[in-house]
Amino acid sequence: MFYILSAIIIIFAILSVTSNKLYRATMYLLFVLVAVSGLYFMMEYDFMGAVQLSVYAGGIMVLFIYAVMMTDNIGKPMRNISWKRKILPFIIAIGTAGLAIYAIFSYQGISQTHEATVTNVEQVGEKLLSYKAGGYVLPFEVISILLLAVMIAAIVIAKAKKLVNSEKN
Amino acid sequence: MIEGVSLIEIMSLTTILFFIGIYGFLTRTNLIAMLMSLELMVNAEAINFVAINKYLSPNILQGQIFSLFIIALAAAETALALAIILHLYRLTVTVDVKEVEELKY
Repeated sequence: MFYILSAIIIIFAILSVTSNKLYRATMYLLFVLVAVSGLYFMMEYDFMGAVQLSVYAGGIMVLFIYAVMMTDNIGKPMRNISWKRKILPFIIAIGTAGLAIYAIFSYQGISQTHEATVTNVEQVGEKLLSYKAGGYVLPFEVISILLLAVMIAAIVIAKAKKLVNSEKN
Repeated sequence: MIEGVSLIEIMSLTTILFFIGIYGFLTRTNLIAMLMSLELMVNAEAINFVAINKYLSPNILQGQIFSLFIIALAAAETALALAIILHLYRLTVTVDVKEVEELKY
């Protein structure tokens, strides 16, 4: 099951970065995100899987689809850069990925635990809101402020007036 | 942990996913497509945090909570970047990085 999910993730990720039509690339990205949430469910982190499904596959994908639709790029193929300009990024990506995987495989110090622990949502919530040592209440508050700021900023940017071109020249 | 799957395999998967994202980020010229490759990279990091938490110290929930913060930050970043891209589209009627040269000179 894990290997099927990995194959789905890698194949659709490659399709998503090489597809020539933007709308199809968005759909392939949606498949990648759903498969990643399946990976979280396999690791028995139900809450992470649910968050991944609802925030990524639900929220962010809707934003992407709206953006694609509002910039009228649905049917048109994107500008295609020549294969000469693609060779250097390909070599860089393959080379560094190979180097990183070699480093992972040659590292001996990993000591896995084999104890089976079940993590439920209650523990996550207590950890997020505890203010004792090892609690995460401060980052939690900071991130809620950040989300509010981002919401206001997005509204301000989206409502901004068109720049007058005659001012510049 | 997933039965019969070691941490090394999951980390190899996330490494491949991350570098697919880097390849897309370097070759795409459309701003929305570049942002999508960025999402692939962020997702790979989130899987890495969760997998290391699950395999090395399942009693401490640090990796999972970091991963939650990563997802929240990614959502904020995407919303803001798409607002900027839409505004740019209204100004210049394109989302291609080769044609947006407003700040170049």
